[in-house]
Formats: sequence, structure tokens, C-alpha cells
Amino acid sequence: MRTETMTVNMGPQHPSTHGVLRLVLTLDGEIVKAADVTIGYLHTGIEKTAEQKKWQQVIPLVERMDYLGAQSNSLAYALSVEKLLGMEMPERVQHIRVLIAELQRIASHLVWLGTHAMEIGAISVMLYCFRERELLLNLNEQTAGFRLFPSYIRVGGLREDLPRGYHDSVNAFLDAFPGKLDEYEDLLTKNHIYRKRTEGVGVLSRKDAIAWGLPGPIARASGSTYDVRRAFPYLTYDSYEFDVPSFPEGDVYARYRLRVQEMRESVRICRQAIQRITPTGAWAANDTRVVPPPKDKVYTEMEALIQHFLIYSQGFTVPAGEAYVPVEGARGEHGVFVVSDGTNRPWRIKMRAPSFYACQALPYVIKDGMIADVIAVIGSSDVVMGDVDR
Amino acid sequence: MDSTPLIDRIAMLVPGAALEAAASIDVPAVYVPAGRLVEVCRALCEQAQFDLLIEITAVDYLPRQPRYEVVYHLVSTSALTRARLKVKVAAGDMVPTVQSVWPAAGWPEREVWDLFGIVFEGHPDLRRILTPDDWEGHPLRKDHPVQVRKTAQTYEPLEVTEQEFRANIERDRVTRDPGAKR
Repeated sequence: MRTETMTVNMGPQHPSTHGVLRLVLTLDGEIVKAADVTIGYLHTGIEKTAEQKKWQQVIPLVERMDYLGAQSNSLAYALSVEKLLGMEMPERVQHIRVLIAELQRIASHLVWLGTHAMEIGAISVMLYCFRERELLLNLNEQTAGFRLFPSYIRVGGLREDLPRGYHDSVNAFLDAFPGKLDEYEDLLTKNHIYRKRTEGVGVLSRKDAIAWGLPGPIARASGSTYDVRRAFPYLTYDSYEFDVPSFPEGDVYARYRLRVQEMRESVRICRQAIQRITPTGAWAANDTRVVPPPKDKVYTEMEALIQHFLIYSQGFTVPAGEAYVPVEGARGEHGVFVVSDGTNRPWRIKMRAPSFYACQALPYVIKDGMIADVIAVIGSSDVVMGDVDR
Repeated sequence: MDSTPLIDRIAMLVPGAALEAAASIDVPAVYVPAGRLVEVCRALCEQAQFDLLIEITAVDYLPRQPRYEVVYHLVSTSALTRARLKVKVAAGDMVPTVQSVWPAAGWPEREVWDLFGIVFEGHPDLRRILTPDDWEGHPLRKDHPVQVRKTAQTYEPLEVTEQEFRANIERDRVTRDPGAKR
């Protein structure tokens, strides 16, 4: 019998490619023989734009790269710039940053779980996940008045102190959320159809995951234990009690189990963090060159007004040099490589984008698998095209 | 940050490579000559457990000479150490690809070529990745124009005259043979 391969185009406008990812699949029947990945449809030149901005103006830009883990991006950027500045943060600020980063991880994993399950056919899970994500976005709205890109983390600390009632809102969320997680697990973990679609699909060995540059949830679902929070502790993570979950199977199902487990660990960290954060206290470093004065002082004191004016017109200078502070984001290790030439504008910033590497490894993971599994694998690698294309 | 232990280690694994410490405040950083790069990377990956390539990027230091630096961030997931390798690249020079050491190097090298125009020698698939295929120039170079208004590139819509249009219609017209059976 004469057989020949067929070429199928998938995307960029495909609902399950998480935005604008394009795959050209070479199929032999239903088996994927080769895949060519095209990205760049969302490239907006954020890194080039950042070179024209002042240091503090870059925060909103980097938040728009990985739009599901916005505050994780700004945290990575702020940490790198603070490293160059040689700044020490008050402990309270570090705890608040830990709390925000973990809440962001939960929010990102919720979107991931909802969309991934929906693509496989479990549509109701998406509705539940977005219900809880709404609560997290409300928390963002409380701190910064902005839901998706709060720009609350700034170079030198935070934008302002936590709002009144924030502790209660966070505690209410943390009390309710573990029960909701059980609900998701009831829907999926023992679901026969879901397990049939995910077990043994898109298997990646630990060695391959590391060789393809996928530290983070993907490598940990393949048996790796590498987690930046443990390996290279930043902020005050070394004082927190939490486990780094790891699953040996390396398939889509393991990635699902891992991310759910990570959300439980994040809740644990958040509980400890919210207990350590005092209701009022320092919310930025005591460095008048970098941190703008509080608004009530700007209106009443001459020095504060001058300082405010200088920071917002000239910006601040950062000593020449380069720094890269890694952060464990929702999608794996990321961080911003910052190069300064000693002026008030960055010379170069480069975001390490975990989704970029996940996209690169896609053809390797889906090769010799069924075409229906391509959707499951793309979903499980949690690519965010804003992060890939930047 | 003191880079001498890393340099000593590389010098032991790859004798004769001209290494030079790079200024750094966070991780050990070393300048590696482009000619010995693959050798050094292979030794670091296989013998010094730097199994994870975190990223490859470049920086344009115009007007300094040599103009570019290609930067490699490495992590050892077993020893939990980090390193930064840097290669000085003059305009028009090539850097060997390290894809044979870490498969992850493929796309970041494409990205560096796309945005900086640095050619990676031996790269099997050096195409543009973030910008469109017909993009002119390399956007992250410091001399690439920023915020310059350019007229949008458009193509004229396909136009036919009325005669051509009618001729096309006539040519494609199919009439059913009245005697034929359905």
C-alpha cells in the first residue's frame, strides 16, 4: 500500500495554541513525524523599548511580557536592579514580595489548569478555576487598583503600603482555597477520561528536560528537584517551610499533579508570609535616591517635593555593571539580565523566558505521538506567548 | 565576585585556552575566546556538571571595540552553582554554535542572530525567529533606528480591467449540455 505524509497547519489562530503559536505538522496517518514551530506573532520589542526608558519606567513593560505571571516578572527585574544598586530591603518588604509572588503563582497555575483541562474536554474546570482567579485579581485591585498588571513591586520596594483590610482578604482566600483545590482534584485526578488523555503522553526524561533548558514545573514533573527558591534562595525564602514537589513520570498527568501540588505549597508559604507581615511598617528601602517620598510629604515638605520631582523627571542612576537574579516563576526559572552603563536608562535588559524554551522543545516532545496529544502537550508545557515573543 | 576558581577549573579541563576574568557582582564570569568556546562548553557540561544552559544573549557596546559580547548563563543542577561565560565579538565575526553541547541553544542563538546579526557558525537553522522573515536590519543593535516613522509597506491590490474581467468570466463559464442525463 502506498502511503505518504501529510502536512497540516495548526495556528496561529487556533484556540488551543494559547495565543499565537503556529505549528506545521508533518503527519503519517495520525502520528506526528515532524513539527516546525513558528513564533514571533506577538513580538513587540519590549527589550528595545526598555532601553529608551528610565529604570523605573521598565516595570510596567516587563509585567506585560509574561502576562499571567506579571508580578513575578517585575520582581525579577526589581531584584536585578537592586543587586546593581547594592540595596538591602527591609524584611517586611521581602515578606510582602514573597506573598505576592506566591499568589501570582497560584493565579497563573489556575489559568493554566482551567485552559489545559478545557482543551482536553473538561470544560467545567475552567469555570471553577477562573472563579478563584477572580479573587486573586481582586487582591491585586486592592493593592494597586489594577488587576492584571499592578506594577506594585517597584525598584526599591513597593509602590505604597498595603491597604487596610488586605490581611483579612488574603486570609479569607487562603482559608477557602484548599477546599476549592480539592474540588478541582475531584473533577480530574481520578477522572478516567482525563487520565486516558494524559497518562503516558508527552513523556520527557529528566535528562532531556534539563538539556532542553526547562527547569521549573516541567523538569520537576520529570523527576528533577531543581527549584530556584531552594537552590539559589532569594528574598526570605530560606526562612520559609515548604516542600518542592517532584514526580518521576514526566508525562502530562505528572505535570498536572505537580502544579496542583505546587499550589498547595504556595498556600502554605502564603500562610506563613501573611503572619509575618505586620499590618503597618516599612514598604520600601530607606534610600532617598531611588524611592519617591510618600505623597503626604510631597504636599507639605519642600525637600520631599524636590526629591519627588528629581526621581520622576531625571530618574535615578544605577552603577555600571551587570546582574542576573534568578527567580522561580510559575513557568520555571526566569530572571532579567540587566546591563547598566551608569546612567539613568538601562543599557540592555534581557528576560529569560521559560516559555521560549518550552516552545523550542515542543517538536521533540510531540514527535511520534498522536496528533490529538499535541493539544495536551502544548497545554501541559504552559506556554504564554507574551513571554515567548516579548 | 571572584572568578579565579572557575578559571582554574576551566584551565585544568581545557589547557591552553586564553581565559580572562570578567567583572561581575553576582556570579563568576569568564571571557572565553570564540575559537575555544565549544571545547570549553563541552568540558563544563560533561566534566563540571554545568548541565543546564539558562540562556544565551548578547549586548551591543557601541562604540566600544570589539562591539558585541555574547553572554552564556550556566547552572549546575547537581552542584547548585552558576557561571557566566562571555565571548567578545567584533562586527562581522562569527561565534561557533554550542547546540551540540546543549540542544537548548538552538533558539536563543537564532534570537541573537535575529536581533543582533551575530552569525553562529555551524548552526543548522539560522533563520529569523522573532521578527518577520522580510525584516531589514537587526533591531537590538544600538544603531538601529528607534521611533522613526516609516511608511507602511503595502502591496497594491490585484487589479483587472473590465475587459479582462469579462474575459475571465467567459472563459470559466460552463454550460450544461441540455441532452445530458443528470
